[in-house]
Amino acid sequence: MIGIAYALIAVIILILVPWVGVQGLGLTYLFGVIIPYAAMAIFFFGFLQRLVKWSRIPNPFKIPTTGGQQKSLNWIRQSKLDNPSSTSQVIGRVLSEVFLFRSLFRNLSPRVGTGGSGVTYASAKWLWVFAILFHYAMFTTLFRHLRFFTNPVPFPVRFVEGIDGWLEVGIPQVMVSGLVLLCAISLLLARRLVIPRLRYISLMNDFFPLFLLIAIATTGVLMRYIVGIDVPSVKQLIMGLVSFRPVMIDGIGQLFYIHIFLVSTLLAYFPFSKMMHSLGIFFSPTRALANNNRAVHHENPWNYPVKFHTYGAFEAEFRDKMTEAGIPLDDTLATSTGKE
Amino acid sequence: MGNDLPKLEELSQIDLTMPEAGWMDTPVILRKGMYCHAARAKDIEFLNMPNPRDWRVEDDDWKLPENWQDIILDGLRERLQKFRSLRIFMDTCVRCGACADKCHFFIGSGDPKNMPVLRAELLRSVYRHNFTRAGKIMGKMVGARDLTEKVLKEWWYYFFQCTECRRCSLFCPYGIDTAEITIIARELLNLLGLNIDWIASPVAKCHHIGNHIGMEPQAMKESIDFLCDDIEDITGVRIEPSFNRKGAEILFVTSSGDYYSEPGIFTCMGYLMLFHQLGLDYTWSTYAAEGGNFGYFTSHEVAKLLNAKIYAEAKRLGVKYILGGECGHMWRVLNQYMDTMNGPPDFLETPVSPVTGTRFDNAASTKAVHICEFTADLIKKDKLRFDPKRNDHINVTYHDSCNVARGMGMFEEPRHIINNACNNFHEMPEETIREQTFCCGSGAGLHAGEDMELRMRGGFARANAVRHVREKHGVNMLACICAIDRAAFPTLMEYWAPEVGVTGVHELLGNALIMDGEKERTQDIRGEDLPYLEPEEKGDKH
Ligand code: SF4
Ligand code: SF4
Repeated sequence: MIGIAYALIAVIILILVPWVGVQGLGLTYLFGVIIPYAAMAIFFFGFLQRLVKWSRIPNPFKIPTTGGQQKSLNWIRQSKLDNPSSTSQVIGRVLSEVFLFRSLFRNLSPRVGTGGSGVTYASAKWLWVFAILFHYAMFTTLFRHLRFFTNPVPFPVRFVEGIDGWLEVGIPQVMVSGLVLLCAISLLLARRLVIPRLRYISLMNDFFPLFLLIAIATTGVLMRYIVGIDVPSVKQLIMGLVSFRPVMIDGIGQLFYIHIFLVSTLLAYFPFSKMMHSLGIFFSPTRALANNNRAVHHENPWNYPVKFHTYGAFEAEFRDKMTEAGIPLDDTLATSTGKE
Repeated sequence: MGNDLPKLEELSQIDLTMPEAGWMDTPVILRKGMYCHAARAKDIEFLNMPNPRDWRVEDDDWKLPENWQDIILDGLRERLQKFRSLRIFMDTCVRCGACADKCHFFIGSGDPKNMPVLRAELLRSVYRHNFTRAGKIMGKMVGARDLTEKVLKEWWYYFFQCTECRRCSLFCPYGIDTAEITIIARELLNLLGLNIDWIASPVAKCHHIGNHIGMEPQAMKESIDFLCDDIEDITGVRIEPSFNRKGAEILFVTSSGDYYSEPGIFTCMGYLMLFHQLGLDYTWSTYAAEGGNFGYFTSHEVAKLLNAKIYAEAKRLGVKYILGGECGHMWRVLNQYMDTMNGPPDFLETPVSPVTGTRFDNAASTKAVHICEFTADLIKKDKLRFDPKRNDHINVTYHDSCNVARGMGMFEEPRHIINNACNNFHEMPEETIREQTFCCGSGAGLHAGEDMELRMRGGFARANAVRHVREKHGVNMLACICAIDRAAFPTLMEYWAPEVGVTGVHELLGNALIMDGEKERTQDIRGEDLPYLEPEEKGDKH
């Protein structure tokens, strides 16, 4: 549980750093340009390095976890998504994990009966709900942010924004995704805090990204709805960054620097964190391989011969007993050893 | 059953609450009844594996080689380069907890380190400490810890409390497979000679004699001949199977449990009757006499070593393909490893059923067909005649063996056979069968005698579901297609769900199968009188 305290302290420090840095020391260029660039670079190369590292390690064996009927006799219906036997089916399986969190959807949890009466199982889809909410809200929010990176803002971004603002309340208009995102992160955090089993397995590495995201989302929400920032200036700054012609613009609120510093931290932390599960799922041997080992040969690149106990050695030891029991001996073996 | 085994009332107290102290601050306590005896030096020597010595789990000093830490860390480094699975599973867990309550050992023991996620963290923590920058610098704060002797003992204890059933992997959003982590962790432990006797000894016997129980060729033949005598008594049909016969079309391989002990032998009688009725041109082998592969519970290399004999024998005998019996982990190996480890066997042919002409394209490379696939096809094509009445005294439910379920996905074939051979079949609750099936609690080499409490705890979730159908539908028989199941379930049922027997699917088939030239059957395969005949017999006597 100490992990949660460390994580919280770390995030508080991460909020204070840009505050002191910009407000106190006036290091706007450092926080507005250098650090974002560095973070992008770390993210990019870190991610790439991980990708290369993982893809270099072979899959010696094809070990999909089969979650449905195999392909065998043609009158038995194969469960193509849960027990894929071809590449396209494997792609289907992986995509169903990526977009629908299929495995998480199966979740059940044991209910212990009273007085030793045993255990029953009930569907437990809360984690699935939270995870779906979180990831899709995250995606939408990120996508909306493209308005800061593009000029003119492309239609899909405006379109998503339009949908996202369906509530049509508030000035500026309330974006549902941002609020859902905050809620979902809070729920994921609450889950970790409230469920004893999760509290027990959670590490600092699990709390830190959650706190960081909460801080990022909160600063975002504050900027949009409460404190307000100079949107055109921010866009100018970001466009400058994107086009590699950074410009410094005065009068962008303090909050923005905190926001962008936290995002930079997240980016730089990403490739070394559990968030790499986003890439990992595509590499997972139990999900991303076909269960067709019996039909198609799979080569293990580091396969090597082993010295197994040969039939010859076996027969040599048991020849008499086999003869007596009427078990045929190998005549090719007998002649080759010169025995009649 | 062991005398020290706690009473049912005690083990029924399922308590899944978490302790106060964090798991890293809780040193392992090796509790008697929850682990197996240490492997013996001679078995390890026999296989030329490293660091053979006699040691005792109970002793403080496990007689580790001086540089044991280096051995483990070098071994881990090597495997991180060789197994993408290991690296990905080390790097991607988010501790979401989806797997936490899926393990039968956790459900039955409440021990937090039996949650798959923590079982994996036992290794992952050392990985972090030695192979990641954050772990090196921040240590415990980020879940990293040094590899100490205590940690090693903890590994040993908990990696031999995992039956490699993969239930956790099914529910993990990234498919993280703690079974795979266990497999590799055991491989590391084996570098230090830290195997268990119940695995090392069968491995040594299988390597040199040909099967796990060390049954010599003449004894094996005798045992099968003996089963044929029983079949003759019951059906009036004499069967003369062949052994090591060159030129046979099919090599039949099954787990030695099937020709060695009850209730496996009844399943074996089912095979023999079926093959005879079909006039199948097949042979047994006394050399490749073991389908099961305890090497797989030791290391990939030893798995390969034992498995290699099957193809070697198929080649020597000149058969066309391999037919495999009812065994769980045997089929995990045959389905996902054999072709890669020791294949492709170009000297064999794509299996074709000589009776129906069905070509098993799903086995086009490995050339090994599961007997349930083979039989289901026969039934579908109407090649067998049944009298399911002969199974009317049996009210059966079916256990999907974990390896066949989650390492292969064979669900319909055995059910098709049961549905044709039996009139009374009831499924257990949905959350406990098919891909969600619960392990027997004794797999992966853990069905010894000294770890009986572990087995009863681990098997609780499965037995609990059996108890449910026993009460609801009057189920009195648990069918399975796994030799370890057949060895382990009788004890488990006796403990948790008395009055439920254990059978293989081909035993049920053998009971119902109408054979040419058979006499009127009055007994089932077990030699027990068929109850449905009794009223008529009484009537005759009047
Ligand atoms: S389900 Fe997978 S990601 Fe979640 S805690 Fe378990 S192993 Fe980790
Ligand atoms: S493989 Fe099975 S026994 Fe091992 S941790 Fe996973 S659920 Fe538990």
